[in-house]
Amino acid sequence: MNRTDIAIDIDRVVNRYDSVTALHDVSMDIREGEFFTLLGPSGCGKTTLLRCIAGFEDVTEGAIRLRGEDIAPLPPHKRPVNTVFQQYALFPHMTVLENVCFGLRRRGWTEMDAEGRAREVLDLVRLGDFAKRRPTQLSGGQQQRVALARSLAPNPEVLLLDEPLSALDLKLRQAVRVELKQIQRETGIAFVFVTHDQEEALTMSDRIAVMSEGYVQQIGTPRDIYEAPQNRFVADFIGETNLLDVEVSAVSGGMPDLTLPGGMALRCPAADSARAGRGHLSVRPERISVAAAAEDTLPATVVDHVYLGTDIHLHAKLSDGEPILVRIQNAESSAIPATGSMLGLRIEAGAARLLVD
Amino acid sequence: MAAPIDIRRFTGFRALTILCLVVLYAPLVIVAIYSFNDSTSITRWGGLSFKWYFDVFSGPEAPKFRAAAINSFTIALGAATCATTIATAAAVAMHRTGRFRGKTASLALINLPLMVPEIVTAVASLIFFISIGFKTGVMTIFIAHLVFCIPFAYLPISARMQSIPDSYEQAAMDLYATPWEAFRLVLLPLMVPGILSGFLLAFIISLDDFLITNFVKGAGIETLPTAIFGSVKQGVKPNIMAISTLLLGVSVVLVTLSWFVGRAGQSKR
Repeated sequence: MNRTDIAIDIDRVVNRYDSVTALHDVSMDIREGEFFTLLGPSGCGKTTLLRCIAGFEDVTEGAIRLRGEDIAPLPPHKRPVNTVFQQYALFPHMTVLENVCFGLRRRGWTEMDAEGRAREVLDLVRLGDFAKRRPTQLSGGQQQRVALARSLAPNPEVLLLDEPLSALDLKLRQAVRVELKQIQRETGIAFVFVTHDQEEALTMSDRIAVMSEGYVQQIGTPRDIYEAPQNRFVADFIGETNLLDVEVSAVSGGMPDLTLPGGMALRCPAADSARAGRGHLSVRPERISVAAAAEDTLPATVVDHVYLGTDIHLHAKLSDGEPILVRIQNAESSAIPATGSMLGLRIEAGAARLLVD
Repeated sequence: MAAPIDIRRFTGFRALTILCLVVLYAPLVIVAIYSFNDSTSITRWGGLSFKWYFDVFSGPEAPKFRAAAINSFTIALGAATCATTIATAAAVAMHRTGRFRGKTASLALINLPLMVPEIVTAVASLIFFISIGFKTGVMTIFIAHLVFCIPFAYLPISARMQSIPDSYEQAAMDLYATPWEAFRLVLLPLMVPGILSGFLLAFIISLDDFLITNFVKGAGIETLPTAIFGSVKQGVKPNIMAISTLLLGVSVVLVTLSWFVGRAGQSKR
C-alpha cells in the first residue's frame, strides 16, 4: 500500500490506566477519504482508541501518526482532527451559528470569514435556517447535525465520530446513516466512526476494525468481515451464524478437510491460522439450503419455524442434538417444512468457514 | 407500582408543620410589625408609624448605623467576591482534575468552617491575629469573613459543576481552544448560575455574621450586627426593630435571588 495514502497510522498503541489495559498493541491504518468503523461491544476499547486519536486519553506506548507526524504527544487543541461527541456536547449558551464558528474562531479566522464558512457547513447539513437558534431548541436529529457541522467547519484532516447515532430513534437513525455517508463522500474527509451496531457498521463503512477486550480482532471490508471472519468472536458478533464443532483432519492450501457432526465431509476456506484438530465451522443461516435427506447432505430435524415476512427462520437440530438455524427465502414455491420432519441440509463448499477460537 | 408514601397524610403532619413555622417565624413577624409601632414601647401597639425608620436614617444613632452599614456592605462585598473566586477555583479543581493526592482532605478543609463551632473559630482567629501582631479592624473582619464564606460559596458552585459534563470542555479543546479558552469561553459561562448563587449566599452570610465579627473587629469598628447588639445592650428601642427589619428584608431578597438564579441555571440545561 502507498504510504501517502494513509491518513492515520496507529502503530502498536497501548493504553493503560492504573493496572487496567484498555488497548493492547493496537495497530491499524486509516486511509485518506475512507469511512472507517471501529466496531465492538461496549468495553472493547473502541471509544478509548478514538479518544486516543482525539487526545483525551493517553497513549501509554506506541504512536499515532497523522499523515506521518506523531500526534500522540500533542494536547487535543493542537491536533487537526475534530470529534462528534456521543451526546453532541453542543455549547448550550451559544447559538447554533456560534457553536459552528467556535473552532474557526479559535484557529484565528475573522468573525466574518468564520460566519461565512459556518453558514456554508450549516447549509451542507440542511440547517441554514436554524443558525440563530439555541441548541436546546432543536430536536435530537437537528442537534446531531449541528454537532456534525461544528466539527466539519474547521475542515479537519480526520473526523472522529463517537456513536453519534445512538441517541436517535430507529427511523431517524436509518435516515441519518445515508446522510452521513453522503456528507462523507462529498467532503472527502476520512471518517473514523465508533459504533456497537453491526448493521450500522456494515451499511456505512468502507472498512471495519472489529475490536474486543482491547484487541483488534479483524480489519477488513464489510464483506470480508461478514463472509470471511478470522475467528469465532468476529463470526459470532457480526450477523447471525451457526457455529458447528468439527474435526479437522488436514489443512492443505488453505482448504482444510473436515468432518461435520453427522459424519459428513466438507472442504472449505479457513482462517489463516487454522490447524488440524477440533475447530469451529461458521455457517451463515442464509447460506444453507434445504433438500431432501440424501447421502451428501447433513441430516437435521425441524424443531420450529419463525415467519419473518421476507424470510423464514427454520430452527433445526442436528443428529448430535446441536441446534442449527437455517434461513430460507420466502418465495412463492417454498413450502415450510413441518415440525418434526427430517431434512437434508446442504452447505456449499464456499459458504462455510473454519475458524480458530 | 405502589404509590409512594405521602408524608402529608401522616396524622398530625399539618399541626406539626404549623407549629414549626410559627416557632421559626413568629418572632420575625412580631419584630417586623413592631418596627411600624408609633409608641416608644416595644410591647404595646400605639398605632402605625414610620418614625423609627426615619430615626434609623436621621436619628441620634444614625451616624453610627450608617458607618456600620458601610462597613458591613464593604466587607460583605469584598469577602463574598474573594470567597467566590476561591470557591470557583476549588470547584473546578475538585470536579475536573480526576483523583489527586489529598483530594478528600482538601474537600474537608474547604468545608471545615461549616463544622467547627463558630465560637472556636472566633477565639482562634482573634488569638491568631494578636499573636502575629495584626492590628484588628476592618481588615481582620474581612479576612475572617473570607474564610467562613468559602464553603457557602462552594456548595452551590459545586452542585452546578456536577451537572456540567466534562465533554463540553473536551469539545472546546477538540475545536482548538486552549485549556484556558475552554474554561473562559465554555465552562465559566455554564458555571455562572452556580457562581452567582454562591456569591449571594456568601454575601448574606458575611452580612449577618455577629460572633466572629465581634471577636476580631477591634475597638471602634462596628458592622451592622455588632452595632445593633451594642444598641440593644442599652435597652431595646423600636429603632432596633426597624433596622432589623431592613436587614431581614435585604437577606430575604438576596436569598430568594440566589435560589432563583440557581434554579434558572438548573432548568436551562
